[in-house]
Amino acid sequence: MDPGTLISPLRPVAERDPAWRGRAAWLGASMLLLWPLLVLTEFRPWQLLEARSLRVTAHFLGGFVVPELSADFLAIVVRETWRTVAIATAGVSLALVLAAPLALTATAALSISSLAGRMAALPLVVRQAARAGMVALRTVPELVWALVFVRVVGLGPTSGVLAIGLTYGGMLGKVFAEILESSDAQPTRMLLANGGGRLQAFFYGLLPQAAPELTSYAIYRWECAIRSSVVLGFVGAGGLGQQMDSALKMLAGGEVCTMLLVFIGLVALADGLSAWLRRLLR
Amino acid sequence: MNPDPQVHRMEPLPSPLIALRARAGWVLLALTALVVASFWSLDLQWGALWSRESVAAMARFAAEFVPPETSGPFVWKVARATAETGAMSALGTLLAAAFGLLLALPAARTQSRALWRIPTRMLLNALRAVPELVWASMLLIAAGLGPMAGTLALALHTTGVLGRLFAEAIENAPPGPAFALRAQGARPAQVLLYATLPQVVPQLLSYALYRWENNIRAASILGVVGAGGLGQMLSYHLGLFQMTRTATVLLAMLALVLAVDATSYLARRAMTR
Repeated sequence: MDPGTLISPLRPVAERDPAWRGRAAWLGASMLLLWPLLVLTEFRPWQLLEARSLRVTAHFLGGFVVPELSADFLAIVVRETWRTVAIATAGVSLALVLAAPLALTATAALSISSLAGRMAALPLVVRQAARAGMVALRTVPELVWALVFVRVVGLGPTSGVLAIGLTYGGMLGKVFAEILESSDAQPTRMLLANGGGRLQAFFYGLLPQAAPELTSYAIYRWECAIRSSVVLGFVGAGGLGQQMDSALKMLAGGEVCTMLLVFIGLVALADGLSAWLRRLLR
Repeated sequence: MNPDPQVHRMEPLPSPLIALRARAGWVLLALTALVVASFWSLDLQWGALWSRESVAAMARFAAEFVPPETSGPFVWKVARATAETGAMSALGTLLAAAFGLLLALPAARTQSRALWRIPTRMLLNALRAVPELVWASMLLIAAGLGPMAGTLALALHTTGVLGRLFAEAIENAPPGPAFALRAQGARPAQVLLYATLPQVVPQLLSYALYRWENNIRAASILGVVGAGGLGQMLSYHLGLFQMTRTATVLLAMLALVLAVDATSYLARRAMTR
């Protein structure tokens, strides 16, 4: 055998990346794709550094570093924080009222006709209608619901509560139905087959298995609702968000800073509380 | 015969206030109180909402939405706003993936020391804690009205989310290949580029795609505060009570959300099969 064909361990290793051609081509292609995105989003970061915008930003940030802590303002913040929590809580209660019947209607495990083979036509239509209703409720973002309700009932917490109630009603209903479907159907079928009503079958067959999971999901959604009720305030649905919006419009950096800190604390508190409650259920 | 006294001795019942069942009762009581206090303290106008005039007003309001405006130039404008929303979400996610990766390296336990890790984690938490919409309305001060503020807002919030997820992925990468390269004398940058990153890239990509899906939805409403896209059109036309135009924008928004949902559902099903 010719020793030259063997790769000598002392042969110098290629200094360059052997795949550089492919990498460069991919990089070029993605740059080309990126260009229209930059145009469409009017992405001109140097605008941030223009004298006028720098002056406004500096003025805002100058106020921002010192949180506003006067007693009057803190009283307002406490009141609005409670309103934010109250909007979220009332909204989730409304959502539960909406979600429970929808979820019960949509659950196929509670069908009597499907005990003997296929589900009959009418129950099938009713179930699909309940599902479609829940899809419609949760597809519209809560901010859009809030915008529309602000036009109907005026500024204030009512539109926030309604917006959270409708969107979260759809979400909770869908997930509740999924939880009920995924629990063991045997006890329910047994109760239904022996002449129990659908509600009896639900209360004694499905609910005991699914209760911890249902409660835990509802609590998790309450936590999300607190976050979203702050955001809803920006369109005039009351609470911390509305105060933050007006403070931002007046470039009151200190007030924004205080409210942001309170908001972050509130979310952390709700997060911890919800985690504790859900651990309790396990 | 003497029966074993052990068998008949009863265990003492637990004090009811400490037992789980009783604690659940207390929690339930507290929750009920919270709900009652919420409804009581908010001056909700249920009466106004269900009065005859208001129901009629609502019906009129809903009737004004039909028919949606379908004139050519307006539909073209809506299509442009939809594209703008899509571009905002894509660019925002892309920027966030880049900065997220940059911040994930000092935030990962396996890559850096506590001196860098703790401040980076705090920065990521702060970025994540502020919602996109709040970022957007703060950025409007510096960037002015328009889609750039929205893009930057999405990028900031998503950087916080992705940075943390990326850091966790990098921490959980199998250490074998990195160890092998290091034993051969490779520099830390080479170890990162040729051993650690290639292992986690698929996971990073799937996290970024998941956030993109979220961001399309967020971008469509972000404009409500003036940060471009469909949301800005929505609040503009709703503010002027141009209901037929609002209806077209709403339909475009719903179509976008449903399209994203359907695509991600199909993609997930294709990948799990």
